[in-house]
Amino acid sequence: MQKYSVFSLIKNALKGHKDWEVAWKDPAPKSEYDVIIIGGGGHGLATAYYLAKEHNITNVALVEKSWIGGGNVGRNTTILRSNYMHDENGLFYEKGMDLWRSMSQDLNFNVMYSPRGIINLAHSDAQMNAYSRRGNSMRLNGIDAVLLGREEVKKLVPMLDFSDNVRFPIFGGLMQPSGGTARHDAVAWGYARQADSMGVDIIQHCEVSGFDIANGKIKGIRTSKGNIKAKKVGLCVAGSTSVLAEMLNMTLPIETHLLQACVSEPIKPILDHVVTFGAGHFYCSQSDKGEMVMGGDLDGYNSYAQRGNLPTLQHVLTEGIAMFPFLSKLKMLRTWGGIMDMSMDGSPIIDKTHIDGLYLNCGWCYGGFKATPVSGWTFAHTIAQDRVHELNAGFSLSRFNTGHLIDEKGLGTKTWIS
Amino acid sequence: MLYIKCPYCGMRSQNEFAYGGDANVKRPELNEEVSDKIWDEFVYLRKSPRGKHIELWHHISGCRQWFKVQRDTTTHEIFRTAAINEDIK
Repeated sequence: MQKYSVFSLIKNALKGHKDWEVAWKDPAPKSEYDVIIIGGGGHGLATAYYLAKEHNITNVALVEKSWIGGGNVGRNTTILRSNYMHDENGLFYEKGMDLWRSMSQDLNFNVMYSPRGIINLAHSDAQMNAYSRRGNSMRLNGIDAVLLGREEVKKLVPMLDFSDNVRFPIFGGLMQPSGGTARHDAVAWGYARQADSMGVDIIQHCEVSGFDIANGKIKGIRTSKGNIKAKKVGLCVAGSTSVLAEMLNMTLPIETHLLQACVSEPIKPILDHVVTFGAGHFYCSQSDKGEMVMGGDLDGYNSYAQRGNLPTLQHVLTEGIAMFPFLSKLKMLRTWGGIMDMSMDGSPIIDKTHIDGLYLNCGWCYGGFKATPVSGWTFAHTIAQDRVHELNAGFSLSRFNTGHLIDEKGLGTKTWIS
Repeated sequence: MLYIKCPYCGMRSQNEFAYGGDANVKRPELNEEVSDKIWDEFVYLRKSPRGKHIELWHHISGCRQWFKVQRDTTTHEIFRTAAINEDIK
């Protein structure tokens, strides 16, 4: 594989950029693989990469119904964080933060990792108390957390509305200084390029239409490019999980819902951090191009549409303007939507299933992007070793039955309001 | 914007309604022994189909009645709405 560096860039620039190798090949599927990963998003690509890198399993196919990186990994708001209270989440995502730190070097691909800090705003004394508790829980798990007062927030984010005449005054906030952003497309491309170089077949435009199962064991998959045999199959299909589950006669604790995001026209640097509204659901950061990147609530009813509806966008941006009044002056550049696999407790599922050799990775709700490396890392372990890693042991499918929920927000099973 | 025909008030915009989830989920009968498995299915497991979905909506800013809607989860086309005690086949 061609190594990317400033020297290779100069060399190729001088030759008119004619000698770049393809970043990943476009192979036809072989008849059999050791492992097939379904879903060419961030999690699937990361899983394929870590299967090859950490477990020396390279006879791997990754099948994607569309093109790689065209789903949620290309539709999110690129936020990285591990500011969770519960141990299962905190320790898991913090391992992810470790992987983010070295990702550009690891993949030889600039993912534009930017640990600019994430600030969750608090709008009442009670919320300050809750953040103080969450911050302490984070620090006990070795995650950086700083409780900010109103004046400290004002110093960091002066464009927030600090006037007295507001419905939700800012009392302070909880900051994770190591949180931040990364370029989402680069993450997908970087994983794809490395996985491909280690022997993974990335098969695009190959839609799964069924599974071959005999005696409770997976034998292979049926696709639009023919039947492919496999010893093990891993599902990483986010919002399409319930569709594949139906083919497997499984009913999962998941509903598919639509989440929108949007960006404004580019403006000069005005926001150095990722900031979230504490009295509703709105988050905002500024991209390197200068666009304000924004997101918030789900559309609020089951949806596979991959495009959103205006009432929710209006609601979300009303919160945005309450937080940053200057946003009302900006023009909207783009809005889009992606479909989320909303689990019933808001936490993911990475587990084996009742079918031997079939593994499940789903339930990311709208927090899947930050988990990309650690999801792939733990899922690769689960598949390769046929047992869960201690980091994803809590994310079991059976926890809904046994009552070991990881309900970070305490919202219960109304996935559409979470 | 969805336009939903409340069985009692007629066609209204989405803003007047609240969503209530899958209408085919049945609570286990009262005063009967319920196994963990059946309770788990009732509380947590959902089909979440791509395509036709029968769901509950609440006309919360109108007549405040709950009712059923059959809607396509990909196109958002609404095929029919019905009172809560009516069946949609």
